[in-house]
Amino acid sequence: MTLKQLPLHHVHQQLGAKIMPFAGYEMPVRYTSDLDEHNTVRNAVGIFDVSHMGEFIVRGADACAFIQRVSANDASLLYDGKVQYSYLPNTQGGVVDDLLVYQISPVEFMLVVNASNIDKDWNWISRYTDGLAVELTNISDSTCLFAVQGPLAAQALQSLTNAQLDAMSYYTFEKTDFAGFANVIVSATGYTGAGGFEIYVANEQAEAVWQAIMQAGEPFGIKPIGLGARDTLRLEMGYCLYGNDITDTTSPIEAGLGWVTKFTHDFVNADALKAQKDAGVPRKLVGFELIDRGIPRGHYALCDAEGQVIGEVTSGTQSPTLGKGIGMGYVPTAFSKPGTEIFVNVRDRLLKAQVAKLPFVKK
Amino acid sequence: MNFPAELFYTPDHEWIRFDADGTAVIGITDFAQHELGDIVYVDINTIGEVLGKGDVFGTVEAVKTVSDLFLPVAGEVLEVNPELDGAPELVNTEPYEGGWIIRVKLADDAQKDDLLSAEAYQELIGK
Repeated sequence: MTLKQLPLHHVHQQLGAKIMPFAGYEMPVRYTSDLDEHNTVRNAVGIFDVSHMGEFIVRGADACAFIQRVSANDASLLYDGKVQYSYLPNTQGGVVDDLLVYQISPVEFMLVVNASNIDKDWNWISRYTDGLAVELTNISDSTCLFAVQGPLAAQALQSLTNAQLDAMSYYTFEKTDFAGFANVIVSATGYTGAGGFEIYVANEQAEAVWQAIMQAGEPFGIKPIGLGARDTLRLEMGYCLYGNDITDTTSPIEAGLGWVTKFTHDFVNADALKAQKDAGVPRKLVGFELIDRGIPRGHYALCDAEGQVIGEVTSGTQSPTLGKGIGMGYVPTAFSKPGTEIFVNVRDRLLKAQVAKLPFVKK
Repeated sequence: MNFPAELFYTPDHEWIRFDADGTAVIGITDFAQHELGDIVYVDINTIGEVLGKGDVFGTVEAVKTVSDLFLPVAGEVLEVNPELDGAPELVNTEPYEGGWIIRVKLADDAQKDDLLSAEAYQELIGK
């Protein structure tokens, strides 16, 4: 498979980024230090180039009805300028992808999907347009996305826009002027738990916007942040990563996505998911933190006190903020209560851990 | 990047310094620490063990990845750098000095012939 490059690949190279393959793209994973980049976002402000993410535009009189078919959350609750987290269930009990749904107008929505799933999602949702007045457009290759995240993000960006950034509620967006361009989507969303904005721009505007953000953010100490810190930041919040924590074969109910599974409307596999939710699930995705010293990594076994395997780590890292190992994984429901003692098999040693309440790091 | 000429190197990115008393000090190279990123834990549980050349003597955990450590020569693991427990970042900041990892007592038949010079190692990694 040929790896795609981000439109600003050369900018990341000039910044000295370590570039590695991720989701079919050559992505900046680290500019200087994972820890420093992580702490910059938690304490100040950083900018991620996450232009690998996919964007689909859904237009037409039945745009909302179409989204209601494929998405588990209730899109009828959206209003212009509102963002909703959701997922696309498959018909086998698993998850095609998780996504954000933006209502631009009652007849125009934007779906933001994971890079690794762009083609899969496109093919999947295209099967559900029958009988609906709806037109889908994949703008992924012509759209860049910058996430400006951290407690100083609103201040750092305010000089670039007339939108009142610190007044925007979480999970809302404005189509506004930004860095001299009109109709830029500025969204109060992110994948870090540190607050901030995600800014969608056309490829041809991307470099000017990136440089404008770097310049405006300079007095606030803005730094470019790689995917490495993005992963530790999201894991400290207990956010799922598609491909690790949720997949084509994991149940969204077991994954804790019940809160975005709304049986107020009909959608793909709704009946089976409703039955599952009503009956209760045999296992659950939990967060856990190490009590013994060590770092959980993906696919390490989770065990009970006797060493019997009860599950597997789906995501794990050292938490830079907490200074200890944290992770997520599926365990039998009997082991899912916060405080429950479990063990992680780290290189054939059973290290003590306990199930934790998410997020690991409180906002 | 820095690769001191007085040290020997392995293709697995360890360095080794032979001391006059028949012991040797081992760590990871500047290139290795740079590739791994921030080191947050050095896990050595082979103290007192006699290991062969190429055996795993521990692991080094960075934020994003974990990597095995391979013994460049046969010998007995005598001690771990005690500073690393509280300051594993020394492996990043001073890979050849304060960030050394273990000291070994060389086996009688320790093979040093195929270790790399600084020059040969740099050529290997393309630096």
